[in-house]
Amino acid sequence: MTFILKTEALNKVYRRGGIVGGKNIHALNDVNITVESDRPVVIAVVGESGSGKTTLAKTLLRLETPTSGRAIVYDDVVAGKGAIPSRKDFLGLVQPIFQNPFEAFSRYRPVDAYLLETARRVAGLGAAPAEAAVEVALKNVGLDYEEIRGKYTAQFSGGELQRISVARALIPQPKLIVADEPVSMIDASRRMIIINLFKRLRDDEGRSFVYITHDLATAYYISDFVAVMNKGRVVEFGPARKVMSHPQHDYTRLLLSSIPTTNSRWRERPRLVASN
Amino acid sequence: MIRLNDLKISYRIGGRVIDAVDGVTLTIPDNCVVGIAGESGSGKSTLMKAIYGDIQSPMYVSQGSIDYGLKGGDGTPVTAENVREEWFKTISYVPQSSMNSLNPVIRIRDQFIDFPGTDSNKKRVLEAARAYIGKLGLPPESMDSYPHQLSGGMRQRMMIALATFFKPELIIADEPTTALDVVVQKDILMLLMELQEEMGNTILVVSHDMGVHYQVTHKMLIMYAGRVVEYGDTDSVFADPQHPYTKMLIDSLPTLGDDSMRGVLASQAGAGSDRVYRVEPRLIEVKPHHYVAQSAILGAGAA
Repeated sequence: MTFILKTEALNKVYRRGGIVGGKNIHALNDVNITVESDRPVVIAVVGESGSGKTTLAKTLLRLETPTSGRAIVYDDVVAGKGAIPSRKDFLGLVQPIFQNPFEAFSRYRPVDAYLLETARRVAGLGAAPAEAAVEVALKNVGLDYEEIRGKYTAQFSGGELQRISVARALIPQPKLIVADEPVSMIDASRRMIIINLFKRLRDDEGRSFVYITHDLATAYYISDFVAVMNKGRVVEFGPARKVMSHPQHDYTRLLLSSIPTTNSRWRERPRLVASN
Repeated sequence: MIRLNDLKISYRIGGRVIDAVDGVTLTIPDNCVVGIAGESGSGKSTLMKAIYGDIQSPMYVSQGSIDYGLKGGDGTPVTAENVREEWFKTISYVPQSSMNSLNPVIRIRDQFIDFPGTDSNKKRVLEAARAYIGKLGLPPESMDSYPHQLSGGMRQRMMIALATFFKPELIIADEPTTALDVVVQKDILMLLMELQEEMGNTILVVSHDMGVHYQVTHKMLIMYAGRVVEYGDTDSVFADPQHPYTKMLIDSLPTLGDDSMRGVLASQAGAGSDRVYRVEPRLIEVKPHHYVAQSAILGAGAA
């Protein structure tokens, strides 16, 4: 069995204010998550704004250094003491997908330049194999390289651009992809295209995902494990089906009851309209 | 009630004319919440702007008209010509990403006083405003803060407070909860529903989230490619959607406890950027208060 993701007493403290009268903010407060599996998995991290989800993602992506504790991805330490030193090795293991694809890529540069750069710099490929790798990655997300080549972000829809982000993340063949709110900027009717793509990449390509979201319905649909975060702490963690059908913590229950479903209403809507 | 008569809203860009809203005829009754759904670029926001009367170049009304059927503050009927004078009094607008629409460099209380049409006694207005935001679950001190000192949910509440302070007859809310997390979203939506029931006015809510529509609305309006594909009572639309696009919208999202494959229709229909359906502008009443447009699947040879 491999430790797909393991965090050991992960802490991140931000200091706000001056030396006197400053305040410490625990963005991550003793976060312990252990996912051990032989199969690739999707791990959802859910919680409200300010719960520490994004800090956790940033720590796993090495965009933040933890104040204490460490994080392990596929048996390699990626953050904290004893982390693998090479940036290139790290980027070959963990790749990000960000919330807003229009901000992830520059407006002034064709998007395929980013894909080629990832293939050459991170995956270390020569010119011809890099092109081939880009083509394969784009095909994997249902896009054609010839239609992408030389185009700028403004020429794509949010959904298409996010699929290109996924393709870029796939190029170095990472074992884990950290996706921070990957569908919140996308049209609701097209979100499932990205979600189903993650599902397929897990099942057919063997990629694991950390899926950061506040949308519990898609988290239920796609995840194997779910971590519920509130105020920097993981308040509930376990197999997704179990946590969501038998929530133990009050905060998980609150989150679940806040989802606008189409099965039952929060309150009766009095019929006010007689006719039109 | 608001009546749209064969309304066509276009944008003139360069030498080209784009019809963002293309021949919409419908009646919105008083005292109800109407939800508007549809993909990005289907004309939702353009239609809302037109109803609000915020028509600025390059946008213009190329055909048809809007009958408001509302009375303004001084008793005169609201028309397309004088609708701007009724902003925030008879008609108000909660814009998209409205939590960023508060003026960042002045205090909230000054934004209440700045409001057009407020009575000239500032102290009285502020007292009323303080009492009002208290009712909406905001601490009265938040009136003295700058917008950046409030959380996203508080700013959104503040925008709703500003939009509802004069008890307008019509409120247009364009994606009022998109940037908020589920817990805050529920609070804001419950607040909107309560205010609507209390004021007995009409609220138009634009949202991508069909769950939000099911929770909040009395009637649903589904738009596609600048046209209305379906319009009817929410219960009827959700129980028995008539148009394949409406079906796709309702089916596309997963629900807790349901493990079936979702979004397959959307993946097929939405993978490319091309239009899949051709929609006729005329609506047919298939059931009482439930209208659907005739349409054909493009490229199937049936058109």
